[in-house]
Amino acid sequence: MYQLRGVTKQYRRGKDTVDALAGVDLTIGDGDRLVIQGPTGGGKSTLLQMLGGLDRPTAGSIELDGVDLAKLPEARLTKFRAESIGFVFQSFNLIPTLNAQENVETALVPLGLKAADRRERAAQALNSVGLGERLGHLPSEMSGGQQQRVAIARALVKNPKVLLADEPTGNLDESMRDEIMDVLETMWKELGLTFIMVTHDSSIARRAPRLVTIRKGRITITENSKAV
Amino acid sequence: MFFTYLRRELRRRRKAALVVASGLALGIALVIVVNSVSSGMNQAQDKVLQSLYGLGTDMTVTKAAEAPKSGETGRPRFEFGAKDDGEEQSSDRVMVQGFQTLASSTVAKVAGQKGVADSVGGLSLQVMKVSGEFKRGQFKQGQSGGATRQGGPGGSGGQPQGQVEGGGASFDVNSYSVYGTDVAKQGLGPLTSSKVTKGRTFKTSEADAKVAVADTSYAKEKKLALGGTVKIKGVKYKLIGIATPDSGDAAANLYVPLKQAQTLAGAKNKITTVYVKATDSQQISAVKATIQKNISGTTVTTSADLADTVSGSLSTASDLAANVGKWLSIAVLVAAFLVAGLLTSSAVSRRVREFGTLKALGWKSGRVTRQVVGEAVVNGLVGGALGIAVGLAGAYAVTAISPTLTAELGSGAGGGARGGGMAMGGPGMRQSAGKTLDIALSAPVSATTITLAVGLAVAGGLIAGAFGGWRASRLRPADALRRVE
Ligand SMILES: Nc1ncnc2c1ncn2[C@@H]1O[C@H](COP(=O)(O)OP(=O)(O)OP(=O)(O)O)[C@@H](O)[C@H]1O
Ligand SMILES: [Mg+2]
Repeated sequence: MYQLRGVTKQYRRGKDTVDALAGVDLTIGDGDRLVIQGPTGGGKSTLLQMLGGLDRPTAGSIELDGVDLAKLPEARLTKFRAESIGFVFQSFNLIPTLNAQENVETALVPLGLKAADRRERAAQALNSVGLGERLGHLPSEMSGGQQQRVAIARALVKNPKVLLADEPTGNLDESMRDEIMDVLETMWKELGLTFIMVTHDSSIARRAPRLVTIRKGRITITENSKAV
Repeated sequence: MFFTYLRRELRRRRKAALVVASGLALGIALVIVVNSVSSGMNQAQDKVLQSLYGLGTDMTVTKAAEAPKSGETGRPRFEFGAKDDGEEQSSDRVMVQGFQTLASSTVAKVAGQKGVADSVGGLSLQVMKVSGEFKRGQFKQGQSGGATRQGGPGGSGGQPQGQVEGGGASFDVNSYSVYGTDVAKQGLGPLTSSKVTKGRTFKTSEADAKVAVADTSYAKEKKLALGGTVKIKGVKYKLIGIATPDSGDAAANLYVPLKQAQTLAGAKNKITTVYVKATDSQQISAVKATIQKNISGTTVTTSADLADTVSGSLSTASDLAANVGKWLSIAVLVAAFLVAGLLTSSAVSRRVREFGTLKALGWKSGRVTRQVVGEAVVNGLVGGALGIAVGLAGAYAVTAISPTLTAELGSGAGGGARGGGMAMGGPGMRQSAGKTLDIALSAPVSATTITLAVGLAVAGGLIAGAFGGWRASRLRPADALRRVE
C-alpha cells in the first residue's frame, strides 16, 4: 500500500524553480488500478517517478508498505526498483542492440539469476504477451505495438508488486493502442498487482475506477463507480 | 549478460567503434615504428662504435691534443731520388695514426685506476705506399689542340706557341692501416670486433713474431693468401689468419703484434691508444674523470663522447627519431586518447535514455559503468591490434627497404694535419679520423615495444572508458524518461 504525504518536487532550472509536485497526498491500495491524467507539464511523469523510486521528492514521504522511499539509501532504492517495480515507458525504451528476449532479460540481471533461468523466464514472459515467436527479433525489426509488448514483458518478468506505465500508448496508433490496453488490463487482472498508469487518452480515463487529475503539481481524485 | 551486451553493442555500432579504434591504432603504430627505428639507429650507432673500439671497450685513453707546431715532422713526406727518367720507384712510409703517442707504461697506470677492470694498449699505424715513375716533359712547338694532352704539370694552357707534353708523374698512392695488438691480451681492443674466420689469431708467444692477421676484404683486394706473406715497409710477415668484422668496417687492414708495429714505426715502447673496460658500465663518467685527473696529458674518450662526434645522415636521422619522432608519437597518442575519450563520452550522451532505463530497471550504477568501460577497453584492444599490425608492417617496410645511412666519425674535430688532400685526421680524434661508414638501417621490433603497444592500447581503452564511465555513472534512473534523439 502506497501512502504519500505532502510530496513536493522542485526542479531547478537556472535561477527559477519549478514546482512539479506541490504537496501531494495520496493513498493507493494493493491491487488497485489508478489512472493519472492532466495537462502537459502538470507533473504526471514526476509523480510516477516518485512512485517508482526513480527519483526522490524534495519534501514529503512516499511509504510503500511502511518503507519510506524518500529516505531509502541509494543501494536499497536500486534494489527496490529491481525487485518491486515494473516500468513501461511511452517510447518503449528497449535496448536497440539487444533482441526481444535479451531485452526482457535485462530486468532479471540485477536479481542475480542464472543465465538459463533468465532466458527461460524471459521466453515465458514474451509468450504471455503473445510474442513467443519473436524472441530473437531486434526492436528495429518489430512494430511499435510489438515493441511495447516486449517492454511490458520486461516490466512483468520479475513479478513486480507495482506496474507503472507512463503513457504506454502515447506513441501508438489506435489499433495498437487497444491491443496494448488489452494486454495491460489482462496482466493486471491475472497477476493481481498494483497498476498505475499515466494517460492523455480520455476514453481510457473514463473507464478507470479511480482517476487522479494533476494540474500544476496538485491532484484531485475522482472515484468512478461505473468503471469496468 | 555483460558479454552478450558488449558483443552486441560492438557489432552493431561497428563504425563508431572503428573510429575510436583507428585513432588509437594510428598512435600505437607510430609508437612502434618510431621505437623500432630508434632502436635500429642505436644498433647502427653501436655498430659504428664497435667497429672502432672492439667489444667491451668502455673508453679509450689517448694523448691529449697539442697545438700543431708548424714545420714539425709528421706530415707525410716522400723522398725520391732524382733518378733517371722512367724508372719505377717505390717508397713505404709508416706513420703513427694521429701522430701522437703515449708511453707503453700508461697502460699499467690506467689499469691501476679505480673502476678500471681491464686495459690494453695498441698502436695504430697508417702505411702509405707510393710507387710510380717520373717523366720529364717535352716541349713541343705549334700544334695547338692537336696532340693528346697528358696530365701533369705544364700540361695545361696552350696559350704559347708550344707546350710541355708527356711530362709529370704517374704515381700510385696506396694507403692502408696496421694495428699493433697486444698479443697477451686479446680480450679487449679493436680486433675483438672481428672474428678470425680463417687460420688463427696470435699466440701469446708471438709477442715479437713476424706474423700478421689480415682483414678479409683487404686480403681479398690485395689477393693475400693464408700462409703467404705480406710486406710492410719491406719486412715480410707471415699471414696466419683472416679476420671478418662482425659488422661494419674493420678497425684495420692488417694486424701485427704490438712490438712489431712499434719497430715498424720507430716508436719503441709507444702506443696510440689504451682501451679500457670499466668494472661498472654505469660508472663510466666517474672512471673517465679519475683517469683524466690522475694521468696528465691524456684524453679519455667514452663511447658516448664518440657517439657525439658521429655526424652524417645516421646522426641526423637518429636525432630526428629521438626528437621529432618521439614528440610526434606522443602528440598523436595524446590526441588519440583524447579523441577516444571524447567519442566514448559523446556515445554515452547519445545513449542517456538507454542507460537511464537500465538504472530504472534496477541496474547498479557500477554495472552500467562497467559496461561502458568494457566497450571502451575492447575498442582500445582492437585499436591496439590494428596499431600493432600497422606498426609491424611499417617497421618491416623500413627493414625491407633498409635505407643506407652514412656515419662520419670525428670529422671536423681539429683539422691539424688534414692538408695535402690526404685526410689523415686531426690530432683530436685519433683512430676515428675521418672515417665514414655506411650502415643499412633496420627497424627491429622488440618484445618490449610490443608490450608497450599493448599497454598503450589498454591505457587508451581505460582512458576512453574513464571518460565514458564517468559520464554514465552520473546518469540517473529518471533519465530513462529524458527526451533525447
Ligand atoms: N528534469 C527536469 N528538470 C527541470 N524541470 C523538469 C524536469 N522534469 C520535469 N520538469 C518540469 O516539471 C514539470 C512537470 O513535468 P512532468 O514531466 O512531470 O509533466 P507531465 O505531466 O508528465 O507532462 P507531459 O504530459 O508533457 O509528459 C514541467 O514543468 C517540467 O518542465
Ligand atoms: Mg510526462
